[in-house]
Amino acid sequence: MNHDKKLRRAQRWAIYKRSPASLALRLVCLLACIITLSVLAFLIGYILIKGVPNLQPSLFAWEYTSENVSLMPAMVNTLIMTALALVIAVPLGVGAAIWLVEYARRGSRLVKVVRLMAETLSGIPSIVYGLFGMLFFVTALKWKYSMMAGGFTVAIMILPLIIRTTEEALRSVPDSYREGSFGLGAGRLRTVWRIVLPAAMPGILSGVILAIGRVVGETAALIYTAGTVAEIPKSLMRSGRTLAVHMYVLSSEGLHINEAYGTAVVLLVVVAGINALSAFVAKKLAKGTE
Amino acid sequence: MNEKIALRKIWELVMHGVFLLAACTSILAVVLICLFLFANGLPAIAEIGPLKFLLGRTWKPGNNLFGILPMILGSIYVTAGALVVGVPVGLLCAVYLARFCPKKLASKINPAVDLLAGIPSVVYGFFGIVVLVPAVRLVFGVKNGSTMLTASLLLGMMILPTIISVAQASILAVPESYYEGALALGATEERSVFGAVLPAAKSGILAAVVLGVGRAVGETMAVIMVAGNQTWMPQGLLKGVRTLTTNIVMEMGYAADLHREALIATAVVLFVLVLMINLCFSALKRRGER
Repeated sequence: MNHDKKLRRAQRWAIYKRSPASLALRLVCLLACIITLSVLAFLIGYILIKGVPNLQPSLFAWEYTSENVSLMPAMVNTLIMTALALVIAVPLGVGAAIWLVEYARRGSRLVKVVRLMAETLSGIPSIVYGLFGMLFFVTALKWKYSMMAGGFTVAIMILPLIIRTTEEALRSVPDSYREGSFGLGAGRLRTVWRIVLPAAMPGILSGVILAIGRVVGETAALIYTAGTVAEIPKSLMRSGRTLAVHMYVLSSEGLHINEAYGTAVVLLVVVAGINALSAFVAKKLAKGTE
Repeated sequence: MNEKIALRKIWELVMHGVFLLAACTSILAVVLICLFLFANGLPAIAEIGPLKFLLGRTWKPGNNLFGILPMILGSIYVTAGALVVGVPVGLLCAVYLARFCPKKLASKINPAVDLLAGIPSVVYGFFGIVVLVPAVRLVFGVKNGSTMLTASLLLGMMILPTIISVAQASILAVPESYYEGALALGATEERSVFGAVLPAAKSGILAAVVLGVGRAVGETMAVIMVAGNQTWMPQGLLKGVRTLTTNIVMEMGYAADLHREALIATAVVLFVLVLMINLCFSALKRRGER
């Protein structure tokens, strides 16, 4: 076995001696991969090293004051904003995907239009969403800068993501499940509700978790819809800044750089956690269908 | 019994309608976004004059001068810079992950790439402020480190994960027989990949680049934090620059009347630009799938 490996290595070197260009190509690819990973490692490492010492208890105080720029209200607002966006976008997105996969006739024109629109939505930059939210929810509907306006804006933003991931999850459910259910006399709705949706649940969930990640990290769409008030709002019709907006305000003011480091750490940890969770759920799906 | 069946039928129909409605929300969203952006932006373009607006070299809202050519060029230059930084590294990394790297290692690296995609743009921007801006100032000896170069570097980092994952998928989709055929003709592994597999994945790779362009053009918060945002015509790599996206965020907070509408018109230009980029992307993707 060991001998085999040695032989192969010798062969490889013989090839590379004859064709150094091949070796160079492989090394360049390896280098690119190393660069990518070191960018990630450097970014995360730098922020953790500079930021962790700044995670003082005062950073998590309940009240935000101009002396103590606590991130707690922003944290609570992020939770509220995420919940709001999900409550709006998940039923719509999952419903749309169910229609696309389970109900629509294949090749129907409406399917093409819906797909095209979802694709268009997913390409629109977040600042354009923000401006639309400002024009529509804030101004036209007179909601003012409010959590509600922000929630609706980011809900539209994550809608295409939820539609796409749910569609993929539904499509990966084998047709035999549906046929079995129909064969036992269940209607279409019952089949979708009791058979297909539960089987597709891990895929849908991993998409929803990704969507949470987008809401948590969103800034541009929220500044001019949810506003930047650093308090926990008394109602959904009041303004409140999320963690990412808080981070932006802190670092653009440049007065509280240490607190900005701390906030960056919290954001990074949250996002990394969300990513890991999504990957974990998706892996469960892969195991389930094997 | 009959009643029960009738009830079930009605229920089926109702839910079918509900799912259909959910599917139509994405159409509604796109229509609303177009309607509100164009209704608020086009009058301003008409008032300023389309040529004066698009090709005007000075943006001085105080003097009623609304030329966005500096920002259009700024967006183009910064995006081009991001491509120069991100595309070679991203593509080579994708090649490495798809073809040269052991499968097990690739499945460890890919979550890291996903994490790179999930990091919020404010965190990238903050990293830019605390690391890239001082670094550029030091290395190039300029007074202000917020330059076109800094923004390009940061955006190049940010589009890496997009390019890697799309390009990797398209390389993996090339049939193994292409690779084996080239090997059988006596090419080295590397030559087979670069000479036979990559050309076959051409349109997918192009799609990856186009998607990267879309992200770079639409990115706001990271750019605003490192680009300097001066409204002059772009003056070189080591001078500050303002893009379409940042123009909106910088001034929307206090703009009124024509100034405000001119900003919305900026968003219209951005929106149309991104739509065209997206059309390219879906055309390429479709060609790749065929």
